Amino acid sequence: MTCFTQKRSEIALVLFSGWCLMASCAFGFAQAGGESKIGNLTGHADSGKALYRRYCISCHGVHGDGDGESAPQLDPKPRDFTKATFKCRSTPSGSLPTDTDLYDTISRGIYNSNMPQWRPLTRQQRADLIAFVKTFSPRFQEEKPGVSISIPPEPPTSSDSVQRGAQLYQDMNCWSCHGKEGRGNGPSAAALTDSKGHPIQPFDFTSGTHVKCGDGGTAMFRDFMTGLDGTPMPSFADTLKPDQAWDLVHFIEALPAASKKGISLIKADPKGE
Amino acid sequence: MKRQSLPRVFAGVLAGTLVFSALVAVRSVRAGSPASPAAAGVVKGTAKVKGTVPKPVHIDMSQDPKCAQAHAGSGATEDIVADSSGDLQNVVVYISAGLTSDAKYDPPQAPVVLEQKGCTYTPHVVALRANQELKVVNADSTTHNIHPSPNNNREINQSQAPGAPLSMTFAREEISIPVKCNIHPWMRSYFAVFKHPFFAVTGKDGSFEIGNLPPGSYTITAWHEKLGTSFQKITVGDGETKSLEFVFKTEAGS
Repeated sequence: MTCFTQKRSEIALVLFSGWCLMASCAFGFAQAGGESKIGNLTGHADSGKALYRRYCISCHGVHGDGDGESAPQLDPKPRDFTKATFKCRSTPSGSLPTDTDLYDTISRGIYNSNMPQWRPLTRQQRADLIAFVKTFSPRFQEEKPGVSISIPPEPPTSSDSVQRGAQLYQDMNCWSCHGKEGRGNGPSAAALTDSKGHPIQPFDFTSGTHVKCGDGGTAMFRDFMTGLDGTPMPSFADTLKPDQAWDLVHFIEALPAASKKGISLIKADPKGE
Repeated sequence: MKRQSLPRVFAGVLAGTLVFSALVAVRSVRAGSPASPAAAGVVKGTAKVKGTVPKPVHIDMSQDPKCAQAHAGSGATEDIVADSSGDLQNVVVYISAGLTSDAKYDPPQAPVVLEQKGCTYTPHVVALRANQELKVVNADSTTHNIHPSPNNNREINQSQAPGAPLSMTFAREEISIPVKCNIHPWMRSYFAVFKHPFFAVTGKDGSFEIGNLPPGSYTITAWHEKLGTSFQKITVGDGETKSLEFVFKTEAGS
């Protein structure tokens, strides 16, 4: 009887050890989701949590849902991390951003919003914050980030590329939101909302100010091809060829100067055939 | 004893893994067993609306002449579409409870098609399965963007030139996802995504039919984009056909 009891407890111990090992493997896998990788940097969610509570919580909220104490006063509204939908990405529309995309957003801030640059934080702190922000959505455990789009070298700008871009601006219906002259006052502008139903303004290209996700032709090219998820700005990855996207960049870059001089770069009426 | 303990731990891992695998296998076999066709039941019926139905509002598409020309100026809102008898179109009717919780249904290979024609979505309400291909067709001569705003799926926002191919899928059940074209703000659609095949969308006569239903007790829910949600509980026996009527009331009529 004693022998039987001992044997039974041994079997139980052995089975328990086995399950413990399996469970620890699973736990280790889950922990990998609490990290971020930016180049050689590894961010840790545990360290990022304290930073989040100090620097981010008042806007993005305790639960990361963008409903912090300051949120009612902010326009545009703070990002809801629980949806894992991010404007500034190098990855296709609908896919998760890379850790580097999120790191760049924290470092650069989002122009024309209340999201500041967080360069006073060390690189490690920013990486830790990214690791923590990713814990708000299970998508970061379930899916891999999208593959960053490739951006070919920019061809030289010319009056021809600007004119081709002007034609694309009409054909792609960019004017519908951004307006015939690129002032952000197109016929659909007043109806636009973000994904949470808050009114949102299309960018005024003539203003010469910073665009949301970084300046320069490369950033604008990327925005065309990835779209700004969570906003009405779609991806044109399936619609524009790379050369065409560069033509469109050249046209948009020419708008502030043309506007100052009172020149219209669009020859035909976009409402015409 | 100590020498033996390490191999025994590995034996434990192996035993644990085998038990786990066996459980998964049993679960998979059960999930893969479809209902016997001979025993399948049917739920069918109609959706109706009572009260004053607001008249469709004329849509001014003049901001994009290509839309206005394609539509000959006759575009109208599709918020509530009903005939003179109150037969209500575009109601999603589905099993919301009662199915075996571990049952899994592979999505069909054939895609569901959403067409943009005359700067209007056809059909206005699309029902499809999780991970089933949704083929989006742009039959217009103007560029659109397709922008679903889900709560339980990933948000995607793609522009589509005339005639260009575009497909998308949704991984999780969600009833229903609002869909917009931001370029043409009057364009609205809804995607109802199901993890099972027991759903239908009411047609012009307000009718629906859900077939091949295993015998059992179910909650049947009807969803309409403006008139809300209602549900009924039913029991379907072997090969039985049950009839249901869902009645929605407009604010004016309630």
